[in-house]
Amino acid sequence: MSQQSSTLRSAARRTGGLIAASVLAVSLAACSTPSAPAAGGDDEAAGDSTGVTDTTVTVGTHTPLTGPAAAGYSSISAATNAYFDYLNDQGGVNGRTIEYIVKDDGYNPANSQTVVRELVQQDEVFAILNGLGTATHQSVLDFLDQNSVPDLFVASGSTAWNQPETYPNTFGFNADYVVEGAALGQYAADEFPDAAVCMLGQDDDFGDEFLEGLEMALGADGLTEVQRYSVSNQDVTAQIGALQAAGCDIVTLATINGFTALAVGTAAQLGWFPQWFGSSSGADYPTLVGYLGEDMAPKLLQGFTGTNYLPMADDEWVELFREINTEYNGDAPFDGNTIFGMSVGYVFAEALAAAGENPTREALIEAVRSGDLVGNGILPLAFGPDSHAAYLGVGITTVDQGVQDYIDATYEVRDGSVTAVDPQPVPLSGAGVPGA
Amino acid sequence: MNRRLRPRLFPGLTGMPRVLTIAALLTVLALGGTFLLDPFRNFQLGTAAAYFCAVAGLSLLIGLSGQLSLGHAALMAAGGYGYALTSNALTDAGVDGVLRFVVSLVAGVAIACLLGLLLGLAAARLHGPYLAGLTLALVVAVPAITSVWSGVFRGDQGLQTAYNPVPTALERLIALEQWQAWVAIIVASVVVTALALVRRGALGLRMRAVRDDETAARLNGVPARRVKVTAFTLSAAAAGAGGAVLCFITQSVGPGGYTLAFSLLLVVAAVLGGLGSIGGAAIGSVVIVVLPWALGAGAGALDLPRELEQRLSGNLSLLVFGALLIVVMILRPDGVAGLAGTLRRRRAGSVPAPAGSASTAGPDSPLPSAAAASDAPESSDPSRTIPIER
Repeated sequence: MSQQSSTLRSAARRTGGLIAASVLAVSLAACSTPSAPAAGGDDEAAGDSTGVTDTTVTVGTHTPLTGPAAAGYSSISAATNAYFDYLNDQGGVNGRTIEYIVKDDGYNPANSQTVVRELVQQDEVFAILNGLGTATHQSVLDFLDQNSVPDLFVASGSTAWNQPETYPNTFGFNADYVVEGAALGQYAADEFPDAAVCMLGQDDDFGDEFLEGLEMALGADGLTEVQRYSVSNQDVTAQIGALQAAGCDIVTLATINGFTALAVGTAAQLGWFPQWFGSSSGADYPTLVGYLGEDMAPKLLQGFTGTNYLPMADDEWVELFREINTEYNGDAPFDGNTIFGMSVGYVFAEALAAAGENPTREALIEAVRSGDLVGNGILPLAFGPDSHAAYLGVGITTVDQGVQDYIDATYEVRDGSVTAVDPQPVPLSGAGVPGA
Repeated sequence: MNRRLRPRLFPGLTGMPRVLTIAALLTVLALGGTFLLDPFRNFQLGTAAAYFCAVAGLSLLIGLSGQLSLGHAALMAAGGYGYALTSNALTDAGVDGVLRFVVSLVAGVAIACLLGLLLGLAAARLHGPYLAGLTLALVVAVPAITSVWSGVFRGDQGLQTAYNPVPTALERLIALEQWQAWVAIIVASVVVTALALVRRGALGLRMRAVRDDETAARLNGVPARRVKVTAFTLSAAAAGAGGAVLCFITQSVGPGGYTLAFSLLLVVAAVLGGLGSIGGAAIGSVVIVVLPWALGAGAGALDLPRELEQRLSGNLSLLVFGALLIVVMILRPDGVAGLAGTLRRRRAGSVPAPAGSASTAGPDSPLPSAAAASDAPESSDPSRTIPIER
């Protein structure tokens, strides 16, 4: 009996101890909590300068370095990094160097959520810059909004980034897909009025919005056939077969680079050679050559028509970027992604310079919203209080003898209608260093 | 009759009250623990709690009923989509707050349950590699299903849901991520306690009987087929709850989150922890959340050339998981939970204990059911916990 009762007593002591310890742990820990929400920055007067020190500004991005989109886009963040290295060597912006943290999400929205939380909460970045992909970035849009993180220059042409009321801190970088679809549709209508125009598009907002633009230019029943594909299925034979059977003369493509190559290659295997019209996200000639091979690409892509809004071929910007690429990017292959990545870096530097000597997140957003940023495109940036879209117009490009360049056709989309305009390229100033 | 060599926690309590008490205590501890973590760690904790639901269910299914599923990611996806669709419908109808969460969670679990039941009906007629093949097909089909009915499931883009803010009463006390971790912990504790009760109850005994010798079980009047279907359905419900919680935390669900690789990772977590052990499932869930992050952080700190780092980033964790699995299988076929049991026996200086006292997890294991499990009669032969190949 006595043994039993002593066991009981000792067990009771243990239990009591455990409960006491847990209560203590909870109450002790409670002391540390209120600092967590306060870190969000309620201090209106001073503003939020997370990620900014006296000598550095840290920004981060999510981008595909592995997975189905890596081959088409992984060079973008490397190019941005190279531009920042160049900029830092010139003294940075207002005496601060820019540090760029690049995290791989494999073009998978579930991964984007993890890495963006890590960037914001662990690495405490000042802003997210150029997060890549429609579905991937869509998945972190609310998180960034809740945490009031500047979400600058998303690498996607979805119109989702242009909602100043709902997402006041989010700004796009690409010309949106509606603009691109409308421009290509209008160009087809102007130059090939009797052609049967069709579309092959990604099965998400990219395809939906591109289609909206095409229909804006061609009318609701202006398309002969519309086919969609899913990124997770690397076979578009059925879609290409349907387009061929419908007798398409022009196939417009709302595709990422890998699927542009897949569509062109699959059609060639079927012995079918329509006119291809690609969106800027999937129309970069050097990237497509990487997919299709040096031998076949010049033949398959002769006359390939696309859209763009950034400097191309013979341009002083391109010349500068080429030098930066040689010196700071290990002389990596120079393509449209390189120009895209460096242009992103330049526009961010421009925004940071405009945010003032002591940048805060609020000042950075205000700098972009002010409409004073001009960028380096063929048209000046369209940012303003009511517009979070970067470019409202694009130029038409074609490939001739392995050289991709603008032709004499530029379109702008405003208020739901598409019109031909003259390009107004922004000239290079201060050796590509804003404020210099 | 000296069943225990050491005094144990709550000796006065036995049976269900004991499981519930310990579960409640551990839940409070876990909730308190969230105060020690920063928002990102709380996000990881919430994710681990969501995985814990699924891994515990899977561990029970494989370890107790002897049925292998490689498709639990698909069942989680079913829970996630069920949650998202219901939540969006309720948002449109003007419902929000706790009601929206609970109804959506129940809907997610119900849909996963239904899918699990259908799968279980087929599974009861299949075994071994055939069952593995069937469940594998399901998870491979997820992206195809979402893109064929892209009007409902929005293809690769997936569904976005409105987020549930911290309740006003707690707003001053806790951050959003902490609140999300709380919800995940509470759901996980309900789900896992239920599984623990099943495990130690009559149904658990029947599952073990069916696993060890289906013919003998049938001769003893155990309705083997019904037991297997029930096990599958329960396990699916747990996975569905995990998927719903994950959707709650991240406010979105898409096929990209529920790939074949993820499905295999759930099996890895169950095996690493120790099949059939719920404490082991908890450890396994934490490992699959923390390890990829730790490897990424480690590789980043090494200052490798940019190109090598790019190449490693997506693949290193898969490599390490594969190696870890091989090492654990060779050294400790009964997983981490088995290791804990062995250490304790060694420390107590006892010879391999007779049936009934030695279980795969002891009373000091960090989770409720592990303690509960020690009450249940169970074979002490570790090989019995790995019933896949028979």
